[in-house]
Amino acid sequence: MKDIYQQQRAMRNMRQAALQRGVIAVLDIGSSKVACFVLQFDGPGVYRETDGVGPMAGQSNFRVIGAATTRSRGVRFGEIETMAETERAIRTAVQAAQKLAGVRVDHAIACIAGARPASYGLAGESALKNGKVGQGDIAQVLASCEVPDFGRGRQVLHAQPVNFMVDGRSGLMDPREHSGQALGVDMHVLTVDGDAIDNLIHVIRRCDMELAGIASGSYMSALSSLVEDEQELGAACVDMGGGATGVSIFVRKHMIFADAVPMGGDLVTQDIAKGLRVPMAVAERLKTLNGGVEATGRDDREFIELGGETGDWETDRRSVSRADLIGIMRPRVEEILEEVAAILDAAGFDHMPSQQVVLTGGGSQIPGLDGLAARMLGRNVRIGRPLRIHGLPHQLTGPNFASAVGLALFAAHPQDEWWDFETPTETYPARSLRRAYRWFRNNW
Amino acid sequence: MQGVDRNNDPGFSPQPTPPRKGWQRPQPQATKPKRDPAPSRLAYRLHRMWLTPAFRRLTRIGLPAFLIAFLSLLWLSDENRRASLAGGLTGMVEAVQNRERFMVKVMTIDGASGPVDKALRMMLPVDLPASSFDIDLDQLRNDILMLDAVKDVELRIKPDGVLAAKVSERKPMLLWRHARGIELLDETGHRVASVTDRAVRSELPLIAGEGADKAAREAVQLFAAAGPLLPRVRGLQRVGERRWDLVLDRGQRILLPANAPVAALERAIALNQADDMLGRDISVVDLRDGSRPVVRVGIAAQNRIRAIQGRPLLGPDGRELPKDDKKS
Repeated sequence: MKDIYQQQRAMRNMRQAALQRGVIAVLDIGSSKVACFVLQFDGPGVYRETDGVGPMAGQSNFRVIGAATTRSRGVRFGEIETMAETERAIRTAVQAAQKLAGVRVDHAIACIAGARPASYGLAGESALKNGKVGQGDIAQVLASCEVPDFGRGRQVLHAQPVNFMVDGRSGLMDPREHSGQALGVDMHVLTVDGDAIDNLIHVIRRCDMELAGIASGSYMSALSSLVEDEQELGAACVDMGGGATGVSIFVRKHMIFADAVPMGGDLVTQDIAKGLRVPMAVAERLKTLNGGVEATGRDDREFIELGGETGDWETDRRSVSRADLIGIMRPRVEEILEEVAAILDAAGFDHMPSQQVVLTGGGSQIPGLDGLAARMLGRNVRIGRPLRIHGLPHQLTGPNFASAVGLALFAAHPQDEWWDFETPTETYPARSLRRAYRWFRNNW
Repeated sequence: MQGVDRNNDPGFSPQPTPPRKGWQRPQPQATKPKRDPAPSRLAYRLHRMWLTPAFRRLTRIGLPAFLIAFLSLLWLSDENRRASLAGGLTGMVEAVQNRERFMVKVMTIDGASGPVDKALRMMLPVDLPASSFDIDLDQLRNDILMLDAVKDVELRIKPDGVLAAKVSERKPMLLWRHARGIELLDETGHRVASVTDRAVRSELPLIAGEGADKAAREAVQLFAAAGPLLPRVRGLQRVGERRWDLVLDRGQRILLPANAPVAALERAIALNQADDMLGRDISVVDLRDGSRPVVRVGIAAQNRIRAIQGRPLLGPDGRELPKDDKKS
């Protein structure tokens, strides 16, 4: 875990440099669209590195000066599949956003939705030497966490301390200056496939930009869609994207679990295309304009022209009732929600104090989804839209931009990660100090 | 020939349809799958470079400025081109300046006497008609004001090409005789002109002595105050650049104090009117002591007094004459 520590630290430094410069791009590389926002920060003073949890509403210190979105290509299940095509899509979005902003952006923060995320809860404990918690003690207790075997090729995406304990006093957000004998920590670690991250870094580097941060897509959409109370009391955010459906669970303003289902709106479109024998573009249009999950009697009488450009008149003039369309869409949506329910069950969402489920992402715009989800997930369900951020065009404020907006918030107020703390002092090689001393003595 | 269908039903033939003659049936063309538009790598890089502020400034300001400077210097490196450019520029300027409406054709002078008028016309730096751009009115006015005879001049270029000069001349009030000649002064003591002879302007009062021009105002006041004495006054003499002597005919002199000479003179006039002081044989009336006037009695009167007292008489040089002279 040392090298990921160094890599993430390098990213943090790069992000700080970007904040110093005042301009940073956030890139949401999704399966159905690539969105790029160019953020302008007022100054470096707003970045509080050791702030416990940044206030969610503190969004006045940055503004979006350029925003562009384009259709994604080369991305499947939230992972990059064709590098060159993805690069073209990113180039398109970044160039349009840069043109709108009128500035050149060199640093990007990206999120990754798929890549088989896996959550781990780690616990660590260490004795306090001087009876008081200092900055070094926190780093030490974070380093003392027992790290399980993540598996081959897995990389740590997030490692956030979610809870501190001092002598059995649990639930501390900021243990600094507490007096006690032992300090314990609960850490949430999210790992993903390392190759996906490498691909992402490579693609962004090919676009002449530096990756200044990387985050999980489900975490990002929860950051923008959950209101502060939901984050505090406990809620699950279901980000129904095009290729993957992300699930993240928040409690006490910390993400404690994240996972993703490699199924999304693209599957629904595929089902429509197969079932009605129409091109994918037509199926997508049918889904967005006429789709739904709750059929009523009126839908039997409402006929939809399929259209098409096959050249065959008979084929092009077909029409189906809306009930048929709903009949195609509903089982697939139910399947996705079943997977989500399985994930929530596995995460122990039943034992949470508040069991709010927030649906967001492009898939949450299906009419009647909240009723179906309430029946499937059996809990309080609401459709969430991302928070408003300053300067974002209105057409980009929909729930399908939840993770992009979350990335912007994340760029402004990053939560504490393990690599934000200094490495424990005893891991510094003492030899280097001696060598430095010798160098000074020899040369001066 | 078995198997051959003799009765040839139209529309049903066992033979395959012969290939169709004539045109091909229009086939729908296979359309290329539409690729999403994306900027090429080069376009993307160029766009990013264009958004770099330094590069942008260099291209939008630096490059045109360099090109303009380079080309103009290249063009100007030839001597003939430089000369023709300079000639063209001056020609253009002159063409505008020599327009009809800027030309000055005549000069009118008001309020100047003959010699001043002539001098003013001589001082005009250009020959008329000339462009009004060539006449520097301020400079011309300063030049004219250097003439002593001119007190003030107002110069303006009027429409229709008239250079109008309104001159107010100095009025000579005094004649000042000094070591270098005789000059006319105005009431402030400023020189107006020189004269060769006092008789040229015999109506003007005469002052004399070094520094007399600096006290010309006082002299004018004194002459004004000397009303009844005026027919006898020959002039004022400045003594020691400090005070005045009023010189009368018959060699009489009134020594005026440095302070308030006018009041002293008035007192002398009063004495004169009361006792006909100046009609007697008195050579000098000394008014420098403010408490009392002191007079110096003339030689003839002294001799009369001496003759009465029986003392030896005085000669014209003020010494006592020897006795034998007295007899003769």
